[in-house]
This record gives sequence, structure tokens and C-alpha cells, in this order.
Amino acid sequence: MTRQPKAVALVSGGLDSLLAVKVVQDQGVHVEGINFFTGFCVEGHTHAIRKKEKAKPKRNNALWVAEQLGIKLHILDIIEEYKEVVFNPKHGYGANLNPCLDCKVFMVRKAHEWITRNGFDFIVTGEVVGQRPMSQRRDTMPVVSRESGADDLLLRPLSARNLPETIPEREGWVDRERLYGFSGRSRKPQMELAHHFGFEDYAQPAGGCCFLTDANYSSKLADLWQFRGSKSYEIDDIMLLKVGRHLRPRPNFKVIIAREEGEGRFLQGYRKQYVNLETLSHPGPLALIDGEASEEDIQLAARLVARYSKGRGDDRVELQVSGLDGVSHRLAVVPLSAAEVPESWYL
Amino acid sequence: MKTVILDARRLLCPMPVIRVQDRVADLEPGTRLEAFCTDPGALIDIPAWCRINGHRVVETRTEGDDYIVLLEVGRNGNG
Repeated sequence: MTRQPKAVALVSGGLDSLLAVKVVQDQGVHVEGINFFTGFCVEGHTHAIRKKEKAKPKRNNALWVAEQLGIKLHILDIIEEYKEVVFNPKHGYGANLNPCLDCKVFMVRKAHEWITRNGFDFIVTGEVVGQRPMSQRRDTMPVVSRESGADDLLLRPLSARNLPETIPEREGWVDRERLYGFSGRSRKPQMELAHHFGFEDYAQPAGGCCFLTDANYSSKLADLWQFRGSKSYEIDDIMLLKVGRHLRPRPNFKVIIAREEGEGRFLQGYRKQYVNLETLSHPGPLALIDGEASEEDIQLAARLVARYSKGRGDDRVELQVSGLDGVSHRLAVVPLSAAEVPESWYL
Repeated sequence: MKTVILDARRLLCPMPVIRVQDRVADLEPGTRLEAFCTDPGALIDIPAWCRINGHRVVETRTEGDDYIVLLEVGRNGNG
């Protein structure tokens, strides 16, 4: 090849993809990044919602990584296409509703389509043999190459010397001797390499970058599917699962209650889509009702919301109930006591 | 100079960045885009996206609950 080889890298914003790109960049490869937004990406959403005025907003780590590396970053919205991965993962779920292996296959497949469309030569990921229990095992990494259709066009620079030669190595686009043979769950080799390259301010590993690996989030998503009678979601559903206290007093509805001011502001944006309640007589949270709620259900929801208001110790709390038609009415209720809110309501 | 308005309110990052990226892809160099967002992270992320993709941030400001980024599309398209 007389021209400069071109690779696209899956850039999550974490350390591994940062290093993987740097390793091939240093061998003269032109690299651009792809970052996928599934809707489940952690990326500081909770922070953005809850701490709006309290702290400096968090950076987007994928953009930060791209800037450190001096590469372009293409952020792709895959929310709709990704649903099939979440609903029917061929290789099943991990400990929670995380379809990690199918997810990696899907993303590498999308990257393979991207390089075909854009005239790039190969794909780079930061995968390391043995790093993750599902998608980064010696027996599953070949599955990613094969099922994505990328095959030998997929290079894992951090672990390449533990794996069969790929086309970029065979063609001399990269020198295998200057790739790495990392394996296992230890982060020490990556941290040493980061230090060698002079990267100090990279994102620290903090329990994964996807809400689907989170037990509590997965449990709320499972509840959503169960009570809707099918595996389905829209982006607003999965965003709302990140926000507020979720309680299901009856099978036909749940109540989402803001836990603090930032969440209240965020939920305000959903007032036209959900029946909502807010306290009038006392300071209290905004709450949304998700589901079909009867008058009796709304009364119960109001008592529940009153429990989370400053009037929880009083005999009477007045609330405003606003319907989907925009019509509001006032409701006075007795707040539920702690004993009247069973643990099973909490999602 | 033409200024295109983009409403990215109620979206959490990176969606405002994606909306900007997709809109910029259809704009001629020199066109200005003004993005209205409610996620404060947009004031960090959209300028970062502009820097790595060769666009110029003309101004960032806040107005009430809105976080606003005014950018000018660079010569190399959105990349």
C-alpha cells in the first residue's frame, strides 16, 4: 500500500480504546473514531440531571479521548437498531440485562459497514483477552470477528500478540512486533502504557459504561417489559429509568418521583406526556404516573407523593393533578405512612 | 450570513452533539448554526466536537434554562 492506511476505531471514552488508537497512530495509520449512542450509555446523564447547578458538568469522555488523540469522532445514534440487540440477544444476557457479546458483534458490524462505505482499511478496538467476562474472552473474541463480518479486518492492538494475525499485520500496515499481548483483568499494563504515552487524565474504570450492566436499572427495565406485556421501549422510557424513585403500587401503573430539584426540572419536560402530580400546600417533589390510572389509583399516587413532601407528618396535603389533556384539578390527601409503603413497591 | 437554528432542548448529551453533527453535515462551510440545549454538558461537548471536526465556536451563552452554542461550519464539512 503506497497510501497511508486508514482505520476506524471504536472509541468508548475509556482507557483501552484510547491506548489502542495511540498504538496504531504511532505506526503511521490515519485513525478516526466511532462512538455509538445506544440510549443506555452512562456518560454523565444522571450527573447532568441531578447536579445541574451544583457542579461543573462532566465532559463526554469519547470526545475528550478524540481530542487528546487529534482524531475525528463520528457519534452514531443507534437507538432504534439497537433494540433488537437488547430484546433478542443471540448469545444471551450477562449478570443483568446486558447483552455484551451481541452488543460488541453489533458495534463491530456497524464499524465494518462504515469502513466499507467510507473507504477505510480496517477496524481497531481496545479489546483485551480475558478483560470482560462475556465479550472479551479467548473463546468469544473470535465470535465477534466472525459474526460481525469484519473477520481479519478487526485488529485489537492491545492484545494482538495473543491472537491470530490479522490482515493489517499480514499486509504490513502495522508491525505486529510493536503491538501488545495484554491479557486478563488487571489494568496495570494499560496504566503503565498510558503513563508511557503521557496520558494521565483518562476516564477511570467505574463499573462499565452501560446502564444495562447495572442491577437496579435492569430490574426497572424488566419491570417495564413485564407490565407492558412485551419487550419494548422508547428513548423516553429508558431515560426516565435513570431518573427518580420508581414505585409500582399497582400492576397497572407506577409512580416516578423526583428525588431532588434537578430531577424535578428534568421531569417537568414530561408533563405533557404523563399524568403528573405536584404538591401545593407543602414543598414536595414532582411525580409522573406511568400507566393507566383510575381515580382511585391517582388518589393512592397522591398519598404516596405526599409522603415524599414536607407535609408527610401532617394530616392533609394538597396536590395538583394534571392530566394529559392539560386540565388540572386539586386533590387533598392524607400522606401514606412509612408502614403503608411496602418494600415491594420500590423498583 | 445565514444562521440555522437547532432546537436540542430536553436532550441529554451526546444527543445534542449528534443533532448538531447531523445538521452540520447538510450545511455549507461558513453557515452558522445556533444550538439551543438544556443539558449544561452541551457547553463542553459541542465545542469539543467542533474543535476535533474543524468548526469554529463563535459564542457560548446561557439564557434562562437554555445553554446556547453558536458555531460556524468549517471548510472540511462535518468529517
